[in-house]
Amino acid sequence: MPKENIKSGRKPNMVLRIIMVAFFSLIGVILVLPFICNFVSTFKPGNELIRHGLNLTISSENFTLANWKYLFGGTTSYFTWFSNSMLLTVLQVVFTLGVSAFVGYGFAMYDFKGKNAIFICVLLIMMVPFEILMLPMYMQIINMKLVNSFAGIILPFVANASSIFFFRQYLLGIPKSIIDAGRVDGASEYGIFSKLIFPVMKPSFAAMGILNTMGAWNNFLWPMLVLRDESKFTLPIGLNTLLTPYGNNYDLLIVGSFFSILPIFILFLFFQRYFIEGMTAGAVKG
Amino acid sequence: MTKFFKKFIYNQKVAPYIFIFPFVLIFCIFFIYPMIYTVVMSFQKILPGENEFIGFSNYSKLFRDSVFFKAVANSFVYMVLTLVLLIPFPMLFACMINSRTMAAKEFFKSVFFLPALTSVVVAGTIFRLAFSESDSSLMNQFIQMLGFTPIKWLKMRETGFAVLLLLACWRWTGVNMLYFLSGLKNIPEELYESADIDGANSWAKFTKITVPMLKPTIIYVMTISVYAGLAMFTESYMLWGGNNSPQNIGITIVGYLYRQGIEKNNMGYASAVGIVLLVLAMVLNLTQLKINGLFKKED
Repeated sequence: MPKENIKSGRKPNMVLRIIMVAFFSLIGVILVLPFICNFVSTFKPGNELIRHGLNLTISSENFTLANWKYLFGGTTSYFTWFSNSMLLTVLQVVFTLGVSAFVGYGFAMYDFKGKNAIFICVLLIMMVPFEILMLPMYMQIINMKLVNSFAGIILPFVANASSIFFFRQYLLGIPKSIIDAGRVDGASEYGIFSKLIFPVMKPSFAAMGILNTMGAWNNFLWPMLVLRDESKFTLPIGLNTLLTPYGNNYDLLIVGSFFSILPIFILFLFFQRYFIEGMTAGAVKG
Repeated sequence: MTKFFKKFIYNQKVAPYIFIFPFVLIFCIFFIYPMIYTVVMSFQKILPGENEFIGFSNYSKLFRDSVFFKAVANSFVYMVLTLVLLIPFPMLFACMINSRTMAAKEFFKSVFFLPALTSVVVAGTIFRLAFSESDSSLMNQFIQMLGFTPIKWLKMRETGFAVLLLLACWRWTGVNMLYFLSGLKNIPEELYESADIDGANSWAKFTKITVPMLKPTIIYVMTISVYAGLAMFTESYMLWGGNNSPQNIGITIVGYLYRQGIEKNNMGYASAVGIVLLVLAMVLNLTQLKINGLFKKED
């Protein structure tokens, strides 16, 4: 008999368990339904979707693989957007993690004048919705001649407040004796960071890496403001341009939407733990 | 000279400032400057090549603008309703998943999290088409099964809002549930054991132990929900295909800011909208935090 049952003095109630599992299954099905709808509809002609909307029914007469062939046929910009999204996501995650870890280390390991005031600024960024500042930020990007470039998308968020906060929190748990040992061995402050601390931070990079990947892959509003040329569009922006009431864009829209979720789904399948860790990191300590 | 510079940045007293320098730089260029700039612009009429100072005109115009009030009302109602729906239910689900009675916990955690993986663009597209006005869209098929007549979901304010809220619940229930689950982990088991000894029932344990101990998590979820709710834009943008819902039933504060600033190139007026949103968000959250007693104890 499991120990916890002895403690509480009773077995889990089987009837109640079945009811609860059934209840969660029902909600689970409702939550998954939109994905199934999306998947089923990738086999229907686009004009059918414009007329009838999304649903679960599919008949043998309108079943078609044309959308999938169209997607992989190379006649659309879809895979340009796809590779743009890939590239932007990788660049954004690498730079954001690098810079944020560097800054987080400064906050965690040193005591210096003005530290608290500057740390309050980190918290302040988290407390002001980006949407309020998007117009002046956009004008700033125009001034800096960064419009229509990936740099313009990445740069404003490279010292990411929540990542800095997370790294700082993580590093506070690392004994400072490592640093002192490094100093005794004659390493410079930056050498200590890159050679001694960086390797220890791996788990925190996984959590923040996943979280930032998800954010970058799905990012829409800011890239939409910054990017101009269709050849530079990312997936969310490209897909959004298909959402017009005219033409047969829905052929590509539905299958493209479904396909765009897959990379994140696959990541989630393999790195579930880090998704959850990164997501809940802020809440634990508040 | 370079030698001096090298010595300078390798100095142990200087190093911390080098470490935080990237943040300070970005903070100044992309936070402080835009913040000041937007405040200044809100008192100006922005014309190509010249900016004219017009005092509080933008603000006084704003307070006579019925579309703006509609946007504020929409954002506000949306924010309140997401609080009502996305705090109690995820909390309850978390407690259920956490209980000994539940089975297949990890599986359900993953399933509930799935919707959060999608972008608003994809999620919005799916919802827009599943709630399309056609008789054979998913939702209309469903309500016809229940004996109702098909509804033009996105053409009316109430049903349009229902779709917005369903979209929010679909995407965030799982995430908020995870927040509460991580909060539940911090509650010491002994509290429940001693409550058992005192003969407390499940409800009493929930209201007297679980909810009070989850307070930090509740405050956290509330804070982010207030901001996210008030600043909601993309969801509405996707559901109504662009920023133009019929009779502005889906316009939000940020949607109005976007319309004035980007679509009408009226930066001064849009800045005033942004400042009002900032003040609203700050006041709401500071009040909320004060009521919840966050400033009282720092121990």
